[in-house]
Amino acid sequence: MKKYLTTDNIFYASALLIFLVLMPIGNLLGLVSTNTISLWGRYFCFAVAALGIDLIWGYTGILSMCQAFFFCLGGYSIAMHMLLAVGGQGVYGAKIPDFMIWNQVTSLPAFWEPFHSFGIAMILALLLPALFAGVFGFFVFRSRIKGVYFAIITQALAFGAWLIFLRNETMLGGTNGLTDFKSLLGFQLSEPKVKLGLYMISLVVLIGSYLLCNYLVKSKFGKVLVAILDSESRVSYTSYIVQNYKIAVFVISAVLASIGGILYAPQTGIITPGLMDVKSSIEMVMWVALGGRGSLKGAIVGALLVNYLYSLCTSMFPESWPYILGILFILTVLFFQKGFWGLTELLESKLSKKSVGV
Amino acid sequence: MLLEVKDLNVSFGGVKALDLSEFKVADKELRVIIGPNGAGKSTFMDILCGKTMANGGAVSFNQQHILGKREVEIANLGIGRKFQKPSVFSRLTVFDNMLLATKMPKGVFKSMFFRLSGEMTDKIHEVAAKVGLSEHLNKLAGNLSHGQKQWLEIAIVILQEPKLMLIDEPAAGMSDEETYKTGELLLELAQTKSVIVIEHDMNFVKQIAQGMVSVLVRGKLLMEGAFDEVRNDQRVIDSYLGRSNAMLEV
Repeated sequence: MKKYLTTDNIFYASALLIFLVLMPIGNLLGLVSTNTISLWGRYFCFAVAALGIDLIWGYTGILSMCQAFFFCLGGYSIAMHMLLAVGGQGVYGAKIPDFMIWNQVTSLPAFWEPFHSFGIAMILALLLPALFAGVFGFFVFRSRIKGVYFAIITQALAFGAWLIFLRNETMLGGTNGLTDFKSLLGFQLSEPKVKLGLYMISLVVLIGSYLLCNYLVKSKFGKVLVAILDSESRVSYTSYIVQNYKIAVFVISAVLASIGGILYAPQTGIITPGLMDVKSSIEMVMWVALGGRGSLKGAIVGALLVNYLYSLCTSMFPESWPYILGILFILTVLFFQKGFWGLTELLESKLSKKSVGV
Repeated sequence: MLLEVKDLNVSFGGVKALDLSEFKVADKELRVIIGPNGAGKSTFMDILCGKTMANGGAVSFNQQHILGKREVEIANLGIGRKFQKPSVFSRLTVFDNMLLATKMPKGVFKSMFFRLSGEMTDKIHEVAAKVGLSEHLNKLAGNLSHGQKQWLEIAIVILQEPKLMLIDEPAAGMSDEETYKTGELLLELAQTKSVIVIEHDMNFVKQIAQGMVSVLVRGKLLMEGAFDEVRNDQRVIDSYLGRSNAMLEV
């Protein structure tokens, strides 16, 4: 007889029930606050990025420390579009975003022009990180840089990008970033219904990203990724060009991060370079580590749980969050290397053994 | 000649690891290379499969020069390698290990949209039966015994359908019976392709050395000849003296 009550099925059923049915209905009935909806909508964006990190780090063993940068490329792209789309509604009533006026800029910089169009902004939001990861990956992987060296070089990249975005001369709002978005495609972002809509879109995108990653992981492509982690040289001697597989997974993870960023910016109402600093990328990796490296569900659970804990803890004991995260991380590394998801699987196998009576 | 080596030399930090003036392997030949530790046997295989760069000389395989080519190019030309320390994908099942190795287009997109055909499954089952892994196809390769990992790696090399197989110490860590079976397998393979085997176990060498045996000592080719000829050669006995007189006794 087929078993229906597996950890997997319980996970799918409860996740879909809570997030796809109960929360939205609760919100419409006024039982769940719009603030909560918006919060979870943002966690879904993080989870999409976490899926990408799991592909490249969990499955392939390449530790990329610049995923937050890719996340922000998506976020900034849509933010630029939103600022332009409402031209004239700023404090100064000017056609250009307010921060430019503070910087004594009178005309729109040329690289902002394409972002007038939503379609082009979206294409750029996906193309820029893909190109960036592709070109960067080509040179780095061709030189056979791996392990700690790849982590360091991507961290340096994230740091460099952060410094560039911080500057006012970059024309992306400097330290303050981009904010004061009013509407997206004609929908007023302040309206609860629009917030619920963004929540639903984020959830659907998360589900879609999960299905896509799940397909990739189960395909022969995914097996090659695991094989690279196990024995890279054997993969080469078996006629696979390892470099191409690494570039591909780096590009996919960059695009997933960027998709997360695209959905994140309108729900948060602000995007700043603070979101792409070195610390942010490390935190993203920690979600996956805590949730369960090498398991897609683990990555999602990790991103949702850690961020939920974060908002709980920061409201209860604001000062202690870094310690809590640190302790969780140490415990995970020491005792549960497969993270939270590995723990539930362990529990399941123990329970099923008991029920069989072994 | 399938493989022709001329004046090949390799040094590591000034020490000459290999200095081969001439070495040839014919099509469908099974060649055994023996020699004391540090003679350069594995280094020689490393060069043939592109793992190590040579300092000079020429190696032609199937009329093509292969020195300086990358591992993938050499593998595509038809050289398969089994390492001394078994190198398999421990997190994948035995079946998946063999599937990845099977000869087919190996680009990124081809892998993403790959569909397993019945023909390929049959082929994998056939090779699995040959190496005695039929009952372990769904096991993770990491959970296999040492001997089984050796066989899995041989299966991986077989499925690549190379013209030349480089087999480095296949019998290490195997029981006598397993060693014998491995020998029979190698003899069978040599009927359709060339095989170069490095081995220390003289019983095993005697079993498989039906053609020529090459003796490497300190990076140089000491002599080549039939097994009995090599075993009774005074220079060979001397080079093994001290540590391995016993090794030469069969």
